[in-house]
Amino acid sequence: MDLESKLSPIVRDMAPSGIRRFFDLVNQIPDAISLGVGEPDFVTPYHIRKTVTDSLEHGPTSYTSNQGLPELLSAVSEYLRKRFDLSYHPETEIITTFGGSEAIDLALRALICPGDEVMVVEPSYVSYEPCVVLAGGIPVPVATHAKEGFKLRVEDLERCVTPKTKALIISFPNNPTGAIMTAEDYTPIVEFVKKHELIVISDEIYAELTYKNKNHVSIASFDGMKDHTILINGFSKSFAMTGWRIGFIAAPEILWRGMLKIHQYTALCAPRMSQIAALEALQNGLQECLNMKQQYDRRRRFVVHSLSEMGLTCMEPEGAFYVFPSITSTGLDAESFAEQLLLEEGVAVVPGGVFGPSGTEHIRCSYATSLERLDEAMKRMKRFVEKKRQTNKEHYLQLG
Amino acid sequence: MELQEEILSVLSENARLTIEQISHIVNQPEDKVRETIALLEKKQAIIAYQCVIDWKKIGKQKVRALIDVQVTPQQAHGFDVIAKRIAMYNEVVNVYLMSGAYDLSITLEVDSLEAVGLFVTEKLAPLDFVVNTRTHFILKKYKEADVLLDTDGPDNRLHIAP
Repeated sequence: MDLESKLSPIVRDMAPSGIRRFFDLVNQIPDAISLGVGEPDFVTPYHIRKTVTDSLEHGPTSYTSNQGLPELLSAVSEYLRKRFDLSYHPETEIITTFGGSEAIDLALRALICPGDEVMVVEPSYVSYEPCVVLAGGIPVPVATHAKEGFKLRVEDLERCVTPKTKALIISFPNNPTGAIMTAEDYTPIVEFVKKHELIVISDEIYAELTYKNKNHVSIASFDGMKDHTILINGFSKSFAMTGWRIGFIAAPEILWRGMLKIHQYTALCAPRMSQIAALEALQNGLQECLNMKQQYDRRRRFVVHSLSEMGLTCMEPEGAFYVFPSITSTGLDAESFAEQLLLEEGVAVVPGGVFGPSGTEHIRCSYATSLERLDEAMKRMKRFVEKKRQTNKEHYLQLG
Repeated sequence: MELQEEILSVLSENARLTIEQISHIVNQPEDKVRETIALLEKKQAIIAYQCVIDWKKIGKQKVRALIDVQVTPQQAHGFDVIAKRIAMYNEVVNVYLMSGAYDLSITLEVDSLEAVGLFVTEKLAPLDFVVNTRTHFILKKYKEADVLLDTDGPDNRLHIAP
């Protein structure tokens, strides 16, 4: 039997993630310093883990309601109100999910009909486009540009919108660029979204990680935008809880009802123990969240400075835990840069093209790694960049 | 965070950072960082730069003991003279005035169990203001100077993750 033919053509023809090849390569170099990790290097704060082990010893282990534990839903609602000036009803507008990833899938499957177009801001997290395709939609990349600090501009949206456009996926603070959107940046975007009656799927998983005293602004907080927004957030990045797979989605009731149907048939509920962890995080974990952010901020400044010193053009990131320098001055493309840096100096970074065509001249460096390791990685990278520039120069001299 | 506090916080985690590195981290010019550290040293906000060591990793056996000491306070000088007198011994690494049943708590670091005994019987107990002592040996260290010990497992994150 030809099993290949049994696969859905959508799945069969889907390209594997560009990150995969690099992942295999890095695994062959066990001592590499990896700046390629998109998750915190901290472990989940102890009190959160302890709450869960206590609960496992004494508490229930059954399903929860589809949308999640009522206390958690209330805590999420309160958190969104306090931190981001958002108003969502705990009983009719919030669902806890298997991380932000399930939330993305829910949002898309609830919205998309075959042939609908979904604008996807790029460079961005690798899952959006495949999830649009799996939901039967057509992803339409909307480029952001280094010269504009990788912020979303309405002109770029205007170029991509068509009568078939139904939704727009944005993610700020952004992985991989570290760009954020201020209220001022969002103003024309909000007008655009309203004019075209679009739904914004706003992945705000890095909302707690903004720097330089700039607080995160949610697009849902603009007047009239709640009806246009499916908000995604979670605990993975802010509370160092990636492995718990716990996030949430907030949306107006009609959309919420649609997504809840899919969630109840496909997931039933997010894991109870992860919900308990999330509740503890919201009730008692915000200080740790700030402490981790302070550590990231130090590393951010250190890495930005180091990269600038070695002559790599680098926009200062204001959110998440990534820097996204341009590597064109080395004469290499990002794939070759990342591969040679790994093989010659044992430092792993991710070539920016993985996150979309606008990233092809960049590399993503995660600073979710100790300062000591970052320092060593920066020294090695400096040596590498100098060597490549020298080779480049000699090459041109010979040509001359 | 104010610059002095920020620098102290950074140094408290890693005192080996160079001025250049610290200047990158706190986003201030090197000269300013150098001046601030000099000022902090001068007013002894920075007391010393030390290293957290696990001696057994190089096969060295160091014995640490905590000794509670009950003393008769000296007229006019209270506990200060006594505490400073005990602090003069090289083996003594910490001396604290305590609330509770005992007055002073001292930490001793020596090469052997015998040396602890010798210190207590020959140096500490004979001091005429020492009334009573109680010695506790440290059997195993789990956390030292804010650092968890023996937890340095491999980073179990994937090497590359989106």
